[in-house]
Amino acid sequence: MAKITLDNLAHSYLPNPRSEDDFALKELNHDWDDGAAYALLGSSGCGKSTLLNIISGLLQPSQGRILFDGKDVTHAKTAERNIAQVFQFPVVYDTMTVHDNLAFPLRNRGRDETYVAERVQEIARMIGMEDMLHKKARGLTADSKQKISLGRGMVRKDVNALLFDEPLTVIDPHMKWELRTQLKKLHHDFGHTMIYVTHDQTEALTFADKVVVMYDGRVVQIGTPEELFERPEHTFVGYFIGSPGMNVIPARIDGNKAYVNGSHVELAQGYKPLDGKVEIGVRPEYAKLSMSEGLPVKVRRVEDVGRHKIIRAELFGIDINIIAGEDERVSADMNRVTFDATHVNVYANDWRVKGEAA
Amino acid sequence: MEKTVNHRAWFLVLPVLLLVAFSAVIPLMTVVNYSFQDTFGNNEFFWAGLEWFQQMLNSERMWNALGRQLMFSGIILAIEIPLGIFVALNMPKSGFWSSFCLVLMSLPLLIPWNVVGTIWQIFGRIDIGLLGYTLDMIGIDYNYTQNALAAWVTIIVMDVWHWTSLVALLAFAGLKSIPDAFYQAAKIDQASRWKVFRYIELPKMMGVLMIAILLRFMDSFMIYTEPFVVTGGGPGNTTTLLSIDLVKMALGQFDLGPAAAFSLMYFLVILLISWVFYTVMTNLDKREG
Ligand SMILES: Nc1ncnc2c1ncn2[C@@H]1O[C@H](COP(=O)(O)OP(=O)(O)OP(=O)(O)O)[C@@H](O)[C@H]1O
Ligand SMILES: [Mg+2]
Repeated sequence: MAKITLDNLAHSYLPNPRSEDDFALKELNHDWDDGAAYALLGSSGCGKSTLLNIISGLLQPSQGRILFDGKDVTHAKTAERNIAQVFQFPVVYDTMTVHDNLAFPLRNRGRDETYVAERVQEIARMIGMEDMLHKKARGLTADSKQKISLGRGMVRKDVNALLFDEPLTVIDPHMKWELRTQLKKLHHDFGHTMIYVTHDQTEALTFADKVVVMYDGRVVQIGTPEELFERPEHTFVGYFIGSPGMNVIPARIDGNKAYVNGSHVELAQGYKPLDGKVEIGVRPEYAKLSMSEGLPVKVRRVEDVGRHKIIRAELFGIDINIIAGEDERVSADMNRVTFDATHVNVYANDWRVKGEAA
Repeated sequence: MEKTVNHRAWFLVLPVLLLVAFSAVIPLMTVVNYSFQDTFGNNEFFWAGLEWFQQMLNSERMWNALGRQLMFSGIILAIEIPLGIFVALNMPKSGFWSSFCLVLMSLPLLIPWNVVGTIWQIFGRIDIGLLGYTLDMIGIDYNYTQNALAAWVTIIVMDVWHWTSLVALLAFAGLKSIPDAFYQAAKIDQASRWKVFRYIELPKMMGVLMIAILLRFMDSFMIYTEPFVVTGGGPGNTTTLLSIDLVKMALGQFDLGPAAAFSLMYFLVILLISWVFYTVMTNLDKREG
């Protein structure tokens, strides 16, 4: 178990990167606290796997240092770092039995057989494969193989960190929930530093103490699920977290008022004059349909998704979403929208701007 | 969906059937025909029954040739398969040097067999051959025309030189199909180099290796041109492999009947051994899986 520090870290797959675009992972400084569970969230190709492979030493970064508890391990081999990693793509040793697969990392580290047998039993119980231990791994289904991969990742107790790269993608939903619970329990019992990559925001939000959102090779925000929800630091976070995502509306800011196409929106704070692309962001949860106040909208569709209704509407030609409670009435003459001023964020060139008390 | 039944489709298969008939079935049947008959010239044939087969089965000459043949195929398989794997493991995986190695290794495969024979025949001569002359200079008694061991070493080294590339290329194709994640997982699991080979690379190469072994076995079991050009079967009969013996019998002595019986048995032996290889290896594969 260790605190992992990334110091000016960056990586490019090209031998001579010229511009910033050449970097799969842009310059990054971050501490992964000892014993915390992180979810790493981001769209495809944003560099999540690259980051994990650098931490585990499978990849040498083009720039910067990695420290474990303050000790520089940038050039240390994977074995010396003592990290467990589970890959996106299930990896099993085909010719071995399930038992031998799970025992493999322990045996390679020279643990004695009684300990190995005991540990393999425990893990087999966790992944629900006790009755398959003596089957050959070849010929198992994709989700069994993925469970074996996961089991091999969890079998060592003394690791510095556990890295999971979308380990549950091929697993059916029921088992997914079960395994996620097991992972949480594992984290609770042993307190390993865990980094868990996923595309799936519910998975991220239920699993992690802290969520790290990546976008285009950059870490755009690190925070608790609430922080990501309330104060997305980047429009991508707003759009990516939440369902539906945050409404982003071009606006002009003047002090504590925003003007959308001439109509004004109250802000809770005041802002200095802003340059570049200026937008306001409002979560659908903080928007409300109204008959008399606010900005004019055209309601396109109302979707009833059970616990609430999603209203798809158009505001000056921009699609926005509004969430209304299940038993809130939506009528045809409600053609205006109001925003909860304390939950309107202001963005300049996609990054959130802090306001000053008004 | 309803399948259309159209018997005229069989006409499309006809060209292939004809081709196979002329290239394989008819010649084979001619051989079968000869093997049951005797002739005293004049194109007159008499029914001989199983006589030639009996004669061949009792012929020490044939058993000796078969023994030499098995030894030859056994030795070259034992060398070429591990060596081919070793070469494939050490080839660059991508980039310019990878292509370069591939081209370089394909070269021996492109040389006509009698040319390969001639190359080694000259290479090994002690008067003008680079190899023979050098060995002789440093005091090693090497003379493939007189010494049986030297003759054997020469034809084996020649075959290894000629065909190891094939095994290496096949093994390389098998290795290339292994996703990176396997090697990464092995690093995380701290597997040694040997274990990576034993549990990742070898199982993934099994399929292509099976093809390599079958191809190399069949080919080496039928080998004729190269050893014939180099040693002509000598010294004495020490390198007279099955096909060399067969040709001697059929064309040298014009014993068509015995030679035909011999070829049929030869054919059956190849079929039988290939079948054994195949069964053993697929079973091995199943047991592993
Ligand atoms: N071995 C490689 N060589 C060159 N480029 C690579 C390599 N691996 C990844 N990349 C590139 O680096 C970028 C980041 O890739 P990475 O695999 O880290 O993304 P990811 O966030 O894990 O995506 P996904 O969610 O699809 O797994 C991508 O643009 C990808 O094309
Ligand atoms: Mg990935």
